[in-house]
Amino acid sequence: MGWLTTSLILLPLGAALLVWLFPWDPFTAGAIALLAAFGEVGLWIECLFRFNFDKGGLQLDQRTSWFSDLHVSYHVGMYGFSLWLVGLTVVVQAAAIIYAFWAGRTGARAYFGLMLLLTAAIVGVFTAQDLLLFYVFWEAMLIPLYVLIGVWGGPGRLGATIKFFIYTMAGSLLMLASIIVLGLSQGTFDLTATYQSSSDWIFLGFVAAFAVKAPLFPLHGWLPDAYRESPAEVSAVLSGLVSKAAIYGFIRIAITKFPEPTKDFRTVILVLAAIGLIYGSLLAFRAPDIRGVIAYSSLAQLGLITFGVFAVNDLGLNGAVLQMVNHGLISAALFLLAGGIERRATTGDFSRLGGFARGRPLLATVLMTTGIIGLAVPGSSAFAGEFEILAGVFSVDWGYAVVGAVAIVLAAMYMLRLISAVLHQSPGPAVSPQALDLRPAELSAVVPLVACLLALSVWPAAITQRSFTNDQGSKDVSTQFEAAK
Amino acid sequence: MIKTPHVDWFALAPELFLLGAAGVALMAAVLLPRRIRRDVGALAATAGFTGAFVYAILIYVHTPEVQSVIADSVRRDRFGALAQVIVCGAGLLTVGVAFGGRMREHIAEFYALLAAAGAGMCFFVTANNLMTLFLGLEWFSISLYILCAIDRELEGSLEAGLKYLIIGGFGSAVLLFGSALVYGATGEIAFNKIADAISAQHLTGDALLVAGLAMLIVGLGFKASAAPFHQWTPDVYEGAPTPVTGFMAAATKTVALVVTLRILRTAFPQEAHLWTIALAVIACASLAIGNLAALAQRSVKRMLAYSSISHAGFMLIPIASDNALGARALLYYLIPYSALSIGAFAVVAARERELAAPVTLDNLAGMGWERPLLGVAMCTFMFGFAGLPPTGGFVGKFYAFSAAYEHGWTWLVIVGVVATAVSLYYYLAVIRAMYMRPATELQLGAAAPVAGGAPPRDAMLQASVVLSLAVVVGSFIAVEPLIHVAKLAAESLPF
Repeated sequence: MGWLTTSLILLPLGAALLVWLFPWDPFTAGAIALLAAFGEVGLWIECLFRFNFDKGGLQLDQRTSWFSDLHVSYHVGMYGFSLWLVGLTVVVQAAAIIYAFWAGRTGARAYFGLMLLLTAAIVGVFTAQDLLLFYVFWEAMLIPLYVLIGVWGGPGRLGATIKFFIYTMAGSLLMLASIIVLGLSQGTFDLTATYQSSSDWIFLGFVAAFAVKAPLFPLHGWLPDAYRESPAEVSAVLSGLVSKAAIYGFIRIAITKFPEPTKDFRTVILVLAAIGLIYGSLLAFRAPDIRGVIAYSSLAQLGLITFGVFAVNDLGLNGAVLQMVNHGLISAALFLLAGGIERRATTGDFSRLGGFARGRPLLATVLMTTGIIGLAVPGSSAFAGEFEILAGVFSVDWGYAVVGAVAIVLAAMYMLRLISAVLHQSPGPAVSPQALDLRPAELSAVVPLVACLLALSVWPAAITQRSFTNDQGSKDVSTQFEAAK
Repeated sequence: MIKTPHVDWFALAPELFLLGAAGVALMAAVLLPRRIRRDVGALAATAGFTGAFVYAILIYVHTPEVQSVIADSVRRDRFGALAQVIVCGAGLLTVGVAFGGRMREHIAEFYALLAAAGAGMCFFVTANNLMTLFLGLEWFSISLYILCAIDRELEGSLEAGLKYLIIGGFGSAVLLFGSALVYGATGEIAFNKIADAISAQHLTGDALLVAGLAMLIVGLGFKASAAPFHQWTPDVYEGAPTPVTGFMAAATKTVALVVTLRILRTAFPQEAHLWTIALAVIACASLAIGNLAALAQRSVKRMLAYSSISHAGFMLIPIASDNALGARALLYYLIPYSALSIGAFAVVAARERELAAPVTLDNLAGMGWERPLLGVAMCTFMFGFAGLPPTGGFVGKFYAFSAAYEHGWTWLVIVGVVATAVSLYYYLAVIRAMYMRPATELQLGAAAPVAGGAPPRDAMLQASVVLSLAVVVGSFIAVEPLIHVAKLAAESLPF
């Protein structure tokens, strides 16, 4: 059944080529992209049914030799937690494409082709089971992002893209060196082969790439510019999905393949994550515009998720996966809403916004719901995720749990500030009374994301109990975590 | 009566095809009326390169064992044949790029010289002794000197030719001197016999031999435009007609690197401890100088010239690694690299033709939207040079670094990786210029506007660009067959 995984990658790729090669009008190009995005969701649901959660381990995998003399292969497949991340990807990408379709981007063929290419690359990252293939998809993510921000971004886009590209490439190239050394010294690039390395340098090469992409403090220099200058839906993808690729890398490669270095560097990484968590929350509280709040809250949330990952225990990891999905949905929904607000008010500055709730009940309801889930109110899926992460990290050291708890209070502060600055207070100078409520197209992009969040709030165990199911085989990820402890 | 050696005409078929084509084109230049000279010349060159291409493949297929032909002066093997295939492919694409050019004066001679240069290169890569080595080198170099200077209406063309002639002549002289020293030390001129003599007479470390070896490396370094022997490259690449620049970047570098590997591996295996270090140093210098200098360039041709210097560095890494994986890596890398060079210079040539001015980063502005095919192709070429997927450039770099690692030189991998990171900045600058800066934003002066609407369609050039694109992307997907071909070719060398 490996064809399912492969077609998850090939469908958007083929649709991208279709959009590029023929002279469609903008509407048809968008429609093709939309169809492909819905097709992706359908394929993923099919995967969900075919996936045997009781069995665990790598499933739906397919393997073909790519170049045999160095033992590199095209090997894709999914573990439980990759399945959820792929699901997050297809849902958020569909929402982003709906939004872009509605917003009517210029150069539609180029734009939608790149969005589809980006979808294929992100799905590829989450499913690749070969180190070099992982790297190929990892880099392939960068190319469409670079062009999407650079061409369709805001006025400061050129600076933002240069910063973004140089930061991330510096990290990824260190990872390439690590991949070469690791793969050649092990004699295979296959990730499912059971080997572990104790080399600190190789480990740090991987960590550099992941820490830049996530980003972890202090490597977040590219983040505010990139999130502010991108088109809204690209910001949604960037913070919702691309940052998760980094955390996925931590789980799939850094921890499983390098148990000893993980132990050695765990304190350093946890401390950096703690700093990022507090620092990001404070910056989010002080940020003068909507996107700034969401951008810095992303930095904070990624710190929290890193807590869960580097707790390296069942609670922390399950919580991390749940929180990855939560944060992906929340930040994507918030960025799309921010885009809608900016279109109405021409600005995202809090000083010029306010009073959006009056006469716009849909916008108020959706933004309020997303924000409330985002601040981890008890009963929400974000609460479940953060609770598990804190419980997990508590067993490492209670200090981290204290930092995390403080950050949750801060999250409430910045989220409520965002909600009140946009929705409540007296109408700002940029808010015209004629500004419309959310349009049906916008609703159709955002509401499914919120619906997923609500569904997860009802049943968070859907993810937490189906990510690292026990597997008797020694290849299984969760078994390797045990060895790492 | 002089006893002539047996001649294996099959082994010489590529050269003969190209020489024949050169002859036909030259005759056309004198005998035919002016208006059809271009077409006949291009046709002759196309036929010559196609024939040579096919025969090079046939030689590859029919030479499972290495054969010494024509009194041991020429090697008939897969290693040389693969290099010939690359050269002929590059030549074929170059004909397509050059065809739509503005040049009408001496146009048939242009194609004759192109075919002659191709013939010289095909001979050069099969050379098996110091005499044929020098003969092949001068053969294609002299053709290239004239090709650089042939467009008399182009500013800087004559200067480029002269510079190339003087500095190239100096390089050849160094190579010749080195050959003389090696002969003096060993008493042999055939590569394999030099190696035998070194081991038989215990010449390892002999001062005369080492000096000769160093001079050989310097001479070949000039042709490969590796730092610190690169000073001619930016000026010549910028001044020469753009199709010729593309051909030089692709084919000259290919043959220089391939011959470097052949001569070092066949004639001087005992001195490997010296030349591996020397080449690694040259590679690092090329990477540093090429990448750093490219950052400051505004002229796209000059920038690509420095990029070709840095690529000499990248491709010297597998040679310096001195292992079978390295030979494979080099031969593989040359395939996408040649296509990348020809394709990138072809796009530059197209822009030059519509602007009638040298192409700079500023007047590339908006090109991506005006010319979608060329824009997407140029983007892919830049990503390919930078070693990003999905291009063969990525796999090439991966193999080159792997070879260095297998040799135990992790530091060289790190140097290569850092150089790649630096190179991204200037490759992306091209994409930024083409797509992200509308022409109005730059407030260009009178230089930019295209006179009189859309330029005529240049189908031949576009075909060359599409073919290059196909090779660049295809070599990423079909790694296995290409590596297999490279592996069989590398087995011709004694590893």
